[in-house]
Amino acid sequence: MSNELIEFVLVSIALLGIGIYGLAVKRNAIRMLFAVEIIVNAANLNLVAFARFMPHSGGQTLALFSIAIAAAEVAVGLALIIVAYRMYKNIDIADFRSLKG
Amino acid sequence: MADALFLAISVLTIGSAIAALEMRSLVYGSIALMGTLGGVAGFYVMLDSPFVAMFQLAVYVGSIAVLILFTVMLVKRELIFKKIEDPKRKFAGIGLMLIVILALGAVIMDSGIKTISTDSDPVDFREIGGDFLTYYWPALILMALILAGSVMGALVLARREDTIENE
Repeated sequence: MSNELIEFVLVSIALLGIGIYGLAVKRNAIRMLFAVEIIVNAANLNLVAFARFMPHSGGQTLALFSIAIAAAEVAVGLALIIVAYRMYKNIDIADFRSLKG
Repeated sequence: MADALFLAISVLTIGSAIAALEMRSLVYGSIALMGTLGGVAGFYVMLDSPFVAMFQLAVYVGSIAVLILFTVMLVKRELIFKKIEDPKRKFAGIGLMLIVILALGAVIMDSGIKTISTDSDPVDFREIGGDFLTYYWPALILMALILAGSVMGALVLARREDTIENE
């Protein structure tokens, strides 16, 4: 194993920072979903990296569960964006503020 | 010390993550997101977890990225190329990103993680399969139900209700 744990953790922190930037700045609903995906991937990378250096199989199992749940989340999120787009003809989340029932 | 392959994959991953958020066109943005997800799969291979890497390629690069591409295609053309963001918040967002990266990085560099390295053998993926079917089987069934429910929910949400009126 030529690489150390700290390198993977630093890459994960960089991805987390980029994801937080995207969530804070972007108002495009699809781009915010991209940012959420990047953050989820940073978390999964951390899980697998720590599992490799324990070493224990639990981290990989948890990462697999996390990937599957993220797939469900993206499917529902994109469906919600499509519904909101059909109602407002826009994907700017500032327009979604009037969503009330 | 990091080797060349690690540096290449991390440049690909972080660079395409930035490109996914900053590219003008949403279509190119989602292709750049594919690069990020593929780079993370490369990290999984480097961490001796080929099972998770395969899952990542199949679920993220294979299905989620294609799902995002199809959703982008459903959106109007002008909206795909329009950048919607607050210029005031842009600097605040960059500041927030730097604060998060620097603070977490300082904490991590200060902790004992820096010296951890391992010579032990990687976990056999057969062990993961065994775990799934023995200890984690209720969670596996629950996950299957959640996936089925979410797919049904997505279909119900995205269904058009006005098609009959138009005929």
